Amino acid sequence: MGVVGTSVPRKDAAEKVSGTARYVDDITFPGMLHARTVRTTIPSGRVTGVRLDFDQTGFTVVDWRDIPAAGRNIIDLIVHDQPCLVESEVRHVGEAVVLLAHDDREKLLQATVEIDYDRTEPLLDAERSDRIHKHILIEKGKLDRGFNQADLIVEGEYRTGHQEHIYIETNGCIAVPEANGGVTIYGSLQCPYYVHKALVTLLGLPRHLVRVLQTEPGGGFGGKEEYPSLIAGHAALLALKSRRPVKLVYDRGEDMWATTKRHPSVVRHRTGVKKDGRIVAMEIDVLFDGGAYVTLSPVVLSRGCIHAAGPYRCANTQIDGRAVFTNTNPNGAFRGFGAPQTQFAMELQMDRIAAALEMDPAKLRLKNVLRPGDSTATGQVLGDDCSAEIVLREAIKRSGWRRKRVALDGTDRGIGMALFYHGSGFTGAGEVRLASECAIETTDRGVRILTASAEIGQGTRTMHAQIVADAMGISYDEVDVAIPDTAIVPDSGPTVASRTCMVVGRILERCAHGLKEELRGMAPGEHHRTKGPLKVTRKYEPPPGITWDDDLYVGDAYATFSWACDVAEVALDRDTYEVKTTKMTVVHEFGRAIHPVMALGQIEGGTAQGVGYALIEHVVMKDGAMLNAQLTNYTIPTTLDTPQMDTIIVDNPYPHGPFGAKGVGEIPMDGPAPAIVNAIRHLGIDVTEVPALPEVVMRAVNAGRGRGGVA
Amino acid sequence: MKFQLNGRAVDVEAAPMARLLDVLREECGLTGTKEGCGEGECGACTVLMDGEPVCSCLVPFAQARDTAVLTIEGLGGTHALQEAFALEGGAQCGICTPGMILAALRLPAKATREQVRIGLAGNLCRCTGYEAIYRAIQKVVDDGGLTLPAAARIIDGPPT
Repeated sequence: MGVVGTSVPRKDAAEKVSGTARYVDDITFPGMLHARTVRTTIPSGRVTGVRLDFDQTGFTVVDWRDIPAAGRNIIDLIVHDQPCLVESEVRHVGEAVVLLAHDDREKLLQATVEIDYDRTEPLLDAERSDRIHKHILIEKGKLDRGFNQADLIVEGEYRTGHQEHIYIETNGCIAVPEANGGVTIYGSLQCPYYVHKALVTLLGLPRHLVRVLQTEPGGGFGGKEEYPSLIAGHAALLALKSRRPVKLVYDRGEDMWATTKRHPSVVRHRTGVKKDGRIVAMEIDVLFDGGAYVTLSPVVLSRGCIHAAGPYRCANTQIDGRAVFTNTNPNGAFRGFGAPQTQFAMELQMDRIAAALEMDPAKLRLKNVLRPGDSTATGQVLGDDCSAEIVLREAIKRSGWRRKRVALDGTDRGIGMALFYHGSGFTGAGEVRLASECAIETTDRGVRILTASAEIGQGTRTMHAQIVADAMGISYDEVDVAIPDTAIVPDSGPTVASRTCMVVGRILERCAHGLKEELRGMAPGEHHRTKGPLKVTRKYEPPPGITWDDDLYVGDAYATFSWACDVAEVALDRDTYEVKTTKMTVVHEFGRAIHPVMALGQIEGGTAQGVGYALIEHVVMKDGAMLNAQLTNYTIPTTLDTPQMDTIIVDNPYPHGPFGAKGVGEIPMDGPAPAIVNAIRHLGIDVTEVPALPEVVMRAVNAGRGRGGVA
Repeated sequence: MKFQLNGRAVDVEAAPMARLLDVLREECGLTGTKEGCGEGECGACTVLMDGEPVCSCLVPFAQARDTAVLTIEGLGGTHALQEAFALEGGAQCGICTPGMILAALRLPAKATREQVRIGLAGNLCRCTGYEAIYRAIQKVVDDGGLTLPAAARIIDGPPT
């Protein structure tokens, strides 16, 4: 009997529950130094001087001049605009200028470094920025023709704020200098090969002299996708200069203040509808605040724009998106990657349209929902893997929508919904360009999986082992999973984009089939012991019939999508304007669950993050810096803030995923915020932004009173 | 400084104002206790001190004198709560897990869902949405109830 579809014990469970799992801060090396990053405190200007006002005995001090001549002072990602260490120009608060290392942490913290600046006027408002990191235009049909057919045009403007990842383990790396002139990195990171590439460029070292190993990461959520390249670079420079191992672990305040966050957004909608609810034109304008460097903004914007029209049919659609420069910390990868922002706007717009038509919001969605045979905004024609209508109908039924929507009218409780989707894997031709590679090798007790996919809590090791065990017809216990270590694992791409199961898992399934064939019926352990080791490597192959035009933004944006519908029930305290989510009904289709307990964990955890995004997670920015960089002042959901969840997993096996699986990692983040804000709208309160803090709700109530609203 | 650590009398040299968290991790080599925020908000560093959950990042080492300190290592890896967390998906990234399990030890033996929610409100988890943690604890409650290990309290009178 196979293990796919069953909840086998996690490969990492015993270590994690016993406290023996080794996170980066749990690891020490003989002679190891501790490190500290000295950062800019102004958002815009030039560094004119750096004063080291302390006794430098025993210190290693690094600035940009310590970058080897063969290297380059850049973080090698998409655009080469971000320095590893500031030379002169300052673009945001929190940029690294000087690095210090010492074996005594007290002395390290006491060292005072003064930086002198010439200040310039910062650009802090994205809506006033004309410096564009990336522009994307998606056009389908003819917008004018669509609006001419419309009986009614509905407009809306929607805003979302920053969001902090708050992985409970802060960022950290250890760099160890090697005798051969190279460097080894141990780090809490999602993408070993991103760090590898960045270090090769920064240090000017040949590829084989840079080695990156993943330590157990205590959560990532995108926050350990691109940023660890900076930390690893800093630790490596200190290690190469001091010739000692160097540990650089951020404290919570620094992690919140200095690292990336979710892109804030402003999304404007203009929608043409017929009286019966059919959408005939959608004009969508997307603005993301990218921050001071390009980093991943082009791809975040891309995913945001592709998902901006929601899971709805419309013949005439235009999506015009920009990610712009501001003098704030670069915003980066965060679970959902642009899609939570744009789908928040789309789902609020749907309820606004429903209100304008005096139609039930569920009925409006049923009228326009994408069905097999329909096409998305990029012209992607959907097949039987489209389950938008199925999840919508299931959520309506399961939540008691029709009854509650009427029964709660005029009370202090509301019910709202969001229908949403999320593309699995890299956007467009991204997976073909990545050309990920995986391998499986025999061991004396079975096989070992070799991928660069990080276990960040989601269950990578376990899920991959299940796929390989069943594909080879061997037991789960015979399958080991190598720690991502660039010295031994091939580049199977980053651990992002809901791709680790569907894309990497599929390559592993093909490796397993290949290895099984080469074993000719022999058990892998026995073969290894008697005939020597065997290793099979496979590269990514796109599913048949996928086409994508990167210039026109037309075609199959993703091989497939996962689909979901959330129904939120909320209660309003009319004295404090505090909104509490009392229940979430959550229906997801992501092909098939390889491990139901872990899949449920992804959905419930992502939903909780979405609840926080909706109601309480508020990054306060002042003069370009986060003012509330403390868990005391930036709150995430506790047990008391997290609603009861009724979660339903709908099966619809996807023929090109391993054992029918698609991606589930990010989609749970897309729906809770719009579902909750739509439930607030059910109370007669027109909130159009998140987080919907009590102040925001109060303002909306007062504005509604002014207009003779019902609240 | 003498105290009881995971059921054994110990004598540890460290600065009296050092954080108990650092003493456990660095002087005692017990890295199962994690630092999440250093300000008593996240609960990742929770240990039991004379049977009561404390944030070890806020406790000066001096206060540990003559007390019984229980860390995740003191549970041995096979405690019913540890097994239930493993089985039910209560641990994802695992960084909050030691503190969460120690805080859960102090819940009423037959804790209701509401008692669990209130009892764990000081322990943040960013991965699970808490549902799997509730299921793990429920499993232990159903299988006989939560019990505090003997090592959570001073075992043979004050250690000498």
